[in-house]
Amino acid sequence: MSIVFKDVSYVYMPGTPFKQTALKKINFEIKKGEFVGIIGHTGSGKSTLVQHMNGLLKPSLGVVSVEDIDINGKGDAARVAKRKVGMVFQYPEHQLFEETVYDDIAFGPRNIGLDAEEIERRVRKALDFVGLDFNMFSGRSPFQLSGGQMRRIAIAGVVALEPEYLILDEPSAGLDPRGRETILDEIFKLHNSTGVTVILVSHNMEEVARFVDRLIVMHSGEISLDGEPRDIFRHSRDKLVQAGVDVPSVCTLLAELRGRGLPVEDIALTPEEATATIMAAMRRRDRC
Amino acid sequence: MKELIKTVNLGHGYFGADGARVTALENINITVHTGEFVAIIGTNGSGKSTLAKHLNALLLPTSGQCLVNGQPTDKVEYLWQIRQTVGMVFQNPDNQLVAAVVEEDVAFGPENLGIEPREIVRRVKEALELVGMSDYRLYPPHRLSGGQKQRVAIAGMLAMRPKCLVLDEPTAMLDPIGRREVLDTVRNLNHQGMTIVYITHAMEEALNADRVIVLDQGILAFQGTPAEVFSQVDRLKDLGLDVPIAADIAWRLRGNGLAVPQSIITNEALAVVLCP
Repeated sequence: MSIVFKDVSYVYMPGTPFKQTALKKINFEIKKGEFVGIIGHTGSGKSTLVQHMNGLLKPSLGVVSVEDIDINGKGDAARVAKRKVGMVFQYPEHQLFEETVYDDIAFGPRNIGLDAEEIERRVRKALDFVGLDFNMFSGRSPFQLSGGQMRRIAIAGVVALEPEYLILDEPSAGLDPRGRETILDEIFKLHNSTGVTVILVSHNMEEVARFVDRLIVMHSGEISLDGEPRDIFRHSRDKLVQAGVDVPSVCTLLAELRGRGLPVEDIALTPEEATATIMAAMRRRDRC
Repeated sequence: MKELIKTVNLGHGYFGADGARVTALENINITVHTGEFVAIIGTNGSGKSTLAKHLNALLLPTSGQCLVNGQPTDKVEYLWQIRQTVGMVFQNPDNQLVAAVVEEDVAFGPENLGIEPREIVRRVKEALELVGMSDYRLYPPHRLSGGQKQRVAIAGMLAMRPKCLVLDEPTAMLDPIGRREVLDTVRNLNHQGMTIVYITHAMEEALNADRVIVLDQGILAFQGTPAEVFSQVDRLKDLGLDVPIAADIAWRLRGNGLAVPQSIITNEALAVVLCP
């Protein structure tokens, strides 16, 4: 039960002077129930990678399969497999188009032929997941809402399709700190309560570090690191810098303190953990 | 220092689609001096973009006044002068570039001002040098990265020789490298005398400012130097804003009984205090 990439390569505009290899022989597996972060700088191939997961792009070479079905094969099986993967694009609020919030969220479920009762159940559930009140919002125009609310409606539209794998491309970009946190908390809650597999694409190390169990770092079309975030921040800083992504600012601060001789441990990812390790280090030093 | 922009009891309200009156800004009094680097922070919906759009008359106050060089923005006769004095750069790099070639894009503004061709060539060259994009002058914009596009957008403004640049979250859509490129460019321009109004919710970026203005629900909450503003950690968190990581940790350490001064807002300063 997983998404598997086998020797996947992708070339943009092959046979033209603009030919560009975006993915180079990628092999990896995302197991059901994981919360995976994919990080990399612009042009590293991370968006190209996730667009292969539900067949938006077809590999130039290699096979992408969802639960053992080649999603680029022919027939119903491939279509069903693709539907298990839901994708929330960058700035998804740009894709809102219906007159009411209800209709916008219901668009996907209607398209896959669900009956009215089931559609309403899903719209209610999806709104609930993104923390917006059904009675207050379902009749409103999505275009009268704030940016953060629009973003949540757009995410609800994908959640209403009840995908088993949910891909979010920079879900928090352009939101203020509180909006960012709310959206990520909601995604995390969704993951915990339904067990949906979440693939979070981001270039914000801070948020990825806090939420994911597994981090995949993309660099020039290849997977340069794949593992537990804490391990990666501790052991592979050079590779991260090489890949052009930032380490969490907490790590930078602790490195600065260590550089000046304060014996802090460098395993903290959150401000709470950093404070604890600084306090411990101060006590240790005072004792000597 | 000379006052370049001044708002006097500026307010902005409009009628929402449901007929209710929405107050986006209320009683805003700010002054931006020539050569200053002012950062405006606030959550989504706090009114910071609305305020920015008043600074070069893209929006007009519904009460009070906005003055640029002493000229009120609601007087049509000053409009051209004001728009040339204050240039705007927006969030989305893809929405701001109009031409098929970088240098033509930068030339678009001065062409519209009716400047003679030889002078335009000179200005385009100079503007691209200032943002470090001279090597890309013949590129099509779609082949540039986000950070590069933003720098071209800034060059397009510079070619009109404004006194002040207003940048509305210019890095929100960029990755860490692009963000650094844009911020370095802005800082560099400020060092050369350009007045900067920089709107952001990346608090780390506001650290470079001379002054930080905090907006909350259309009202000026407070303002001061970065040290004065970011040391008020409780207050900022209440408003739903972040603080730079060093200020956050310093605040937590104080909560643990450690004597860390309020003024600590950078990693270097915190390191000096903790490791004398």
